[in-house]
Order: sequence, then structure tokens, then C-alpha cells
Amino acid sequence: MKRKKPFDFIFFLLTWLSIGVTVAVFTLVVGYVLINGVPYISPSLFALESTALNPSLFPALMGTLMIVGLSLILAVPLGIFSAIYLVEYARRGSRFVKIVRLTTETLAGIPSIVYGLFGFIFFGVFLGWGLSLMSGAFTVSIMILPLIMRATEESLRAVPDTYREGSFGLGAGRLRTVVRIVLPAATPGILAGIILAIGRIIGETAAIIFTLGNVARMPNNLFDSGRTLSAHMYTLANEGTHPGEAHATAAVLLLVVILINALSSWIARFVKAS
Amino acid sequence: MEKVSKFSLKDVNLWYSDFQALKNINMEIPANFITAFIGPSGCGKSTLIKSLNRMNDLIEGCRITGDILLDNESIHGNIDVNMLRKRVGMVFQKPNPFPMSVFDNVAYGPRTHGIKSKFRLNEIVEKSLCDAAIWDEVKDRLKKSALSLSGGQQQRLCIARALSVQPDVLLMDEPTSALDPISTAKIEELVIKLKDSYTIVIVTHNMQQATRISDRTGFFLLGELVEYGKTERIFSVPKDKRCEDYITGRFG
Ligand SMILES: Nc1ncnc2c1ncn2[C@@H]1O[C@H](COP(=O)(O)OP(=O)(O)OP(=O)(O)O)[C@@H](O)[C@H]1O
Ligand SMILES: [Mg+2]
Repeated sequence: MKRKKPFDFIFFLLTWLSIGVTVAVFTLVVGYVLINGVPYISPSLFALESTALNPSLFPALMGTLMIVGLSLILAVPLGIFSAIYLVEYARRGSRFVKIVRLTTETLAGIPSIVYGLFGFIFFGVFLGWGLSLMSGAFTVSIMILPLIMRATEESLRAVPDTYREGSFGLGAGRLRTVVRIVLPAATPGILAGIILAIGRIIGETAAIIFTLGNVARMPNNLFDSGRTLSAHMYTLANEGTHPGEAHATAAVLLLVVILINALSSWIARFVKAS
Repeated sequence: MEKVSKFSLKDVNLWYSDFQALKNINMEIPANFITAFIGPSGCGKSTLIKSLNRMNDLIEGCRITGDILLDNESIHGNIDVNMLRKRVGMVFQKPNPFPMSVFDNVAYGPRTHGIKSKFRLNEIVEKSLCDAAIWDEVKDRLKKSALSLSGGQQQRLCIARALSVQPDVLLMDEPTSALDPISTAKIEELVIKLKDSYTIVIVTHNMQQATRISDRTGFFLLGELVEYGKTERIFSVPKDKRCEDYITGRFG
């Protein structure tokens, strides 16, 4: 009987093999980082000051959180409102919408080092913000803007038109329809986009070193320089004097990402329930 | 004696971009009557019913000429389209409750029009659900998601939602086409009951349904109103050959 459907079996084998390889690779990477990193995680790694002898990751951790927070504050509202305009207000399929979409798609594909260079020249030199939180956050927010716009656009588009018709049919205006009906239905998708953006920020190194800089201390104010975890790790690995601490930083970086993902999905569930 | 007209349609033509979907429609829709629109798929029934509360405004490239009067006042003139839609409620072919609780679904309309008092809202929600003959089935699950209701219950919830803003007119576009016979019977019974307080326009593909519930029937073909009159008359002695062929099922 089985012989009759050889393709079924081959297809099954292929899917099975693929998932096997995927899981193996993932386990290998995470396992490698944790096994080499976790033993070096110690209280001194979280000391307030980072010195040449004790490369504490604390300032970099703070730097990462600040960059994430600031760039989200800048990019999330802008991205969401732009997407709302494109989907709910602009004439569907108009040339303007097409041009904007093409632009965002292109922006999403540009290598981050290009953003870094632009940020350095525009924010750092032209606006005179130097290597600072401001330069870094503005640069990174431009980088994640297309990501958030796309995710929001797609989740707004996924909201069935029948919801909109139901709302308009009751005499609700466009604003109320968008705020009360469409946005809540699209929230999980928008949050997923934001999580993706956070991942992108945390993982970013090139654009950050160009704009935030890479000094091993916590920024004191918006116009102060600092470093992020990934830049910290890059530096440690480059210097080669603290390979253990570099791995420990990688492990912490991984944990931070996992934590943020868990937090976001918790928020998503909370939003959905209320 | 001639009934008072709720809607008067005067030379209504409608285009979707280049395609003319309605051709020179003239008709009077009497108040507190049930008027049925019948005709083969694509003949413009939905298009016409959606013109009555200007839901067509939302469609790109849709153009309309002629005039539609509601209580002798043009719906294209100096009128707030949101107020028009409050007066002319709509129930859609596929039940489309919002993804929120049963209560919030029904309270959405009144809240839209500025009612905030919890007490008032409770009252309106209960009354609307009772009028839509679904109160007994949902009174213990008002806080549950409306999406957990059955299809028939969802459709009656949508009727309750439409009633919640106290419209004069209820437009129903094939409200039972997605439902089983028992839910259909419940909704037909409900529609007949609602006739006393509302003017109802209903699109249906079900000839029996049209004869069972409607007072007037309009037969459409390719965007034209071919025949319009008393339901008994249309179904017993249709004047137009095409109408006769359609209602006897010989339409080809
Ligand atoms: N948004 C639209 N854009 C372009 N053409 C449309 C649009 N909506 C409907 N049409 C066309 O207008 C004509 C009438 O459509 P309508 O939906 O009013 O038909 P209907 O009588 O309700 O059919 P059914 O019984 O299948 O619901 C059809 O030929 C349809 O293809
Ligand atoms: Mg239709």
C-alpha cells in the first residue's frame, strides 16, 4: 500500500529532515552560548563601573535599554500613524500609497551600516549631537520605522472589512471605527512587529557604534555617549583579553531577548483579554 | 389608499468605475412595510440596498446620479451621513459581530451616539436583545465574546446591534443565507414582528421567504427594476415574462 504513494513519503521525510536540522542548529547556537557564557556570569559582571580589568556589562545593559526605549518612543507612534493613514485614509491603490510602500520596502533592505553612516553625518556632525544617545536613538528609529510600518499595515489590512462596514453602518465615523474596532483587532500583529523591531535594535552593532559610540560607561544625559550590549560584546571579543566575559555577555544578551519576547507576548495576551 | 413613502428613488443610476450597476431605478418604498428585492446574482440588489444608507460611499470609484429621498428629504443633500446611517440601520449577509463581548457589541452604537450612562446602556442592550429575540439565549453570557455564539445567534445579535440606535429603517442583505432553517425561521418571525415599528427592506434569494414575509416585491435584472408591486400579485400573476421565468425557477 505504502509503495503507491512514494512522493508522500519523500515529502514527509523532507519536512522531518528540515525541522530536525532547524532544531539542531538552534540548539547548537543557544547551547554553545550558554555553556561558554553562563559559568562566567558573576556579580562583578554587573558592577556599576566597567573597567579594563573587570569589563562589567552593566553600563552596556543600561545603554541597550535606553536605546531600545528611546527609539521605540520615536518610531512606534510614527510608524503606526503612518500605517493607519495608508490603510484607512489614503485612497486604496493610489500612486502615493504605492510610492510610500516602495520607499519603506527599500528602506527596510538597506544595510544598517548605511544608516550608521547617515546618522553619524546628519545627527552627529550636521546637527552637532556628536556620538550620543540622541544620535543613536534617532538613527535606530529610522532603521526600524519601515519594520513597524509594514507590520502595522499588514495587521490593519488583515482586519476584515466587514468589521468596518458594521461600524460605519451604525453611524460611527472613521476615527471611531479605526480607534475602537480596527486598532484593537490589529493589536497582536502590531505588537509582533514591535517585538521584531526590538530584536533588531538589540542585535544592531554597526549603526550603533557609528552614532551612540562605544565608550564603556552609562550615558549621563541624552547627549552623552555610551555603548550597548552587542557593541560591548563585539569590543570584548575583538580585544581578546576577556573571552569568558564576552561569552557571558552573549548569554545575557540572549536572556534579555528571551525576556523581552516573553514580556511582549504577555502584554499581547493582556491587551487581548481586556 | 396609498401608503406613505419612506424612500422615494428617482432615476437612480449607479456606476462602479465604468460598469453601470443600476439603471434608471424609480420606486417608492412604503413605510412600515417589508419590501423584498429579488433577482439573479449580480443584478444589483446589494448595490441598491447599500445606496439607501450610502454605504457605497466607501467604495472606490462608485458614482451615483438621480436622487433618493428619505422622508421627502434627499440623502445626498445637506445631511450628515453618520446620522443617515443611524436612521437607516443595516444587517449584512454574513453575521459580522465585532470581536468584543455581547454587551459591548450592542452598546457600541449607543456609545457612538454619546450615551454614557451605565444604566441607560444596560436598558438599551436588554431592550435591543429582547427585540431581536435573543435575550434569553445570551442574558447569562453578556460578558462573553460575541464570536463564541452560533451563526444564527450572531445574526440576531447583529440585528440587536442595528436596533440599538433606534433606526427608522432596517436594511437586510440576505440575512438568512448563511443560516440553518431553524435560525432562518426565527429571523423571519422576528422581521414580521419588527414591521410594526420599522420599515424593512430585505434582499433574498429565497422565493418562499419573499412570499412569507414581504408586502412588496421588486424583481431586478441586470441593474434594472423589471417589476415591482404587491408580493401576492407578483408571485401569482407576474406581468413580465422574465419575472415569471425567474420566480418559477425556469430562469436560464
Ligand atoms: N465594489 C464593486 N466594484 C465593482 N463592481 C462591483 C462592486 N460591487 C458589485 N459590483 C458589480 O455590480 C453588479 C451588482 O452587484 P451586486 O452585489 O449589487 O449584486 P447582487 O444582486 O447583490 O448579487 P448577489 O445576489 O450575488 O448578492 C455585479 O455585476 C458586480 O460584479
Ligand atoms: Mg448581494
